[in-house]
Amino acid sequence: MKTNKFITSLLLGTALGLGVSGAAFAGDKTVKIGALSDQSGLYSDLGGPGSTLAAQMAVEDSGLVGKGWKIDVISGDHQNKPDIGTSIARQWFDVEKVDAVVDVPNSGVALAVNNVVKEKNGVYINSGAATSDLTNAQCSPNTVHWTYDTYMLAHTTGQALVKAGGTSWFFLTADYAFGAALERDTTAVVLANGGKVVGGVKHPLNTSDFSSFLLQAQSSGAKVIGLANAGGDTTNSIKQAAEFGITKSGQKLAALLLFITDVKSIGLDIAQGLNFTETFYWDMNDQTRAFSDRFAKRMKNGAPPTMVQAGVYAGLMHYFKALDALGENPHDGVKVVEKMKSIPTDDPLFGKGEIQPNGRTIHTAYLFEVKKPSESKSPWDLYKLVGSVPGDQAFTPLDKSSCSLLKK
Amino acid sequence: MQALYAQLLVGLINGSFYALLSLGLAVIFGMLNIINFAHGALYMMGAFCAYFLLNIAGLGYWWALLLAPIAVGIFGMILERTLLQWLTGLDHLYGLLLTFGIALIVQGVFQNYFGSSGLPYAIPEQLRGGMNLGFMFLPVYRGWVVIFSLVICLATWFLIERTRLGAYLRAATENPTLVRAFGINVPRMITLTYGLGVGLAALAGVLSAPINQVRPLMGADLIIVVFAVVVIGGMGSIMGSIITGFALGVIEGLTKYFYPEASNTVVFVLMVLVLLVKPTGLTGRAA
Repeated sequence: MKTNKFITSLLLGTALGLGVSGAAFAGDKTVKIGALSDQSGLYSDLGGPGSTLAAQMAVEDSGLVGKGWKIDVISGDHQNKPDIGTSIARQWFDVEKVDAVVDVPNSGVALAVNNVVKEKNGVYINSGAATSDLTNAQCSPNTVHWTYDTYMLAHTTGQALVKAGGTSWFFLTADYAFGAALERDTTAVVLANGGKVVGGVKHPLNTSDFSSFLLQAQSSGAKVIGLANAGGDTTNSIKQAAEFGITKSGQKLAALLLFITDVKSIGLDIAQGLNFTETFYWDMNDQTRAFSDRFAKRMKNGAPPTMVQAGVYAGLMHYFKALDALGENPHDGVKVVEKMKSIPTDDPLFGKGEIQPNGRTIHTAYLFEVKKPSESKSPWDLYKLVGSVPGDQAFTPLDKSSCSLLKK
Repeated sequence: MQALYAQLLVGLINGSFYALLSLGLAVIFGMLNIINFAHGALYMMGAFCAYFLLNIAGLGYWWALLLAPIAVGIFGMILERTLLQWLTGLDHLYGLLLTFGIALIVQGVFQNYFGSSGLPYAIPEQLRGGMNLGFMFLPVYRGWVVIFSLVICLATWFLIERTRLGAYLRAATENPTLVRAFGINVPRMITLTYGLGVGLAALAGVLSAPINQVRPLMGADLIIVVFAVVVIGGMGSIMGSIITGFALGVIEGLTKYFYPEASNTVVFVLMVLVLLVKPTGLTGRAA
């Protein structure tokens, strides 16, 4: 009895599948986007609802709706748990017929979802996750990694600090995929530039008190304390390092990954003078300001976009460009991503760039310094630009990428 | 060895937060028989209250230390009057579910308006800087937190265990009907007690505002650990929760030094061990 039912449903599924591919032949112009993010935890300010808004704005700005396309955006909360992330992604592909998954901060979740998207042949435009593994060991023909990665952070902020005399390092590392990747990539840069790593601690994600770890960092005598963590972990580390007089005693903090929402939440008093790298800041030029204005007006707390949210917008705009060029939605992730790679990227937020064969988008990275309270003219006027690194120097060179897609 | 002293002291500082929070929980459980899962949310409200006082009313840290517990305490008393009082005599589970729901709602509302990254709150002028103790650099503010919370803990213990008011309270939990017969307004006393417990949570919130970010989820991260502290110390035992609070802070601090990866779990491992050996907790009496 049970087997019969099983076979019936299998047949039914096949019939449905045929129906879908039948529609594709007739120039299917329906698209469904799933914005998967941490909607309520420590990363929800840098991605979360803002990323869903960015996706929505990309749909509106793409001009595809006017050309007869029907595009929906849905969102999901992965709660920073890989199992929840993958089950949402599976459900999206199987039941909701989602074509593209976007955002997905938290490297642990991002890597897990990467496998699901590949298996289901969807499109994966990751903006929120940092791990460089997405375009190296774990690369996939379905994946575009848009905004930034750990290699870039190490080769910009990390390198700049070593060259400025920060030759010995101690790491405070978030104890999961992201922290490990960032520590690994930064260590490589430190060693390559003649520096050394004198120690480190791995702390659990979402730690509120860092004083123990900071004391260990202090007694290690390292010149630089590398913060291989993100979000609330980084802000608490920075705030408490100031409290324990670490920055005053001459040790330098390397905020390897810092977002505008973090700087805002630490406050300029304490954050001033910190150096770090981002690929997007709202106050770069007229285009970024115009977009950020529109964005902030629709955000509940009036915040401008973070680089992750900007990356969701820009990545999707490029995705829509590829769909427009194809003339229809083939519902074939590999095909669409190939098309995306064949078109040079050019958008108002990140400027000109390209998507490399391993799925890595390269664009200019900017070194910023947090302003002094006296220099800031408006609530979100927080950074000053101190330098920039061209995309091909900031991101993994293709000959160093371990991505299997490159071996042909 | 020097590093070890430093870790012990840091553990003591964290322990003072555990002690203050678990003390409030113990008071509420001991007197009202309610497992107050909203405690973390109320702690968070205390920190936010300090932030509002500073940024809207222009009242600094010292005022916040006084006003935030009162304001949040009043909020707690309203909760008790409108919701919790209907649960007297019911199974603990109902109180737990209700307060857990309240916590989720309060956190959700704050998160909706303030996001999850948090808001900055500076250390007050008078408590900035630090002292060099030889083995470590002790920020003045952290020292203040230990001493202040120790004083508050002992004062609360004294109030409940050694004064006439405390005697009434303890009597009222044993036999409310009899105490009422002596002309004491038991429901009002219960409401005030809940207010006191909540006020302690808010006080801890104000104390932690300059150290941690003022975040909607600051309490959610802490409350589970604090519950473990209360369970280890023995539900409802005032002195037990104070001592366990400080002790667990120290143990956690040592774990952060010797094996940092386990620092989030060590408290729960201890809880399991204690429950296996002595189910009523270290100082708890059998129910």
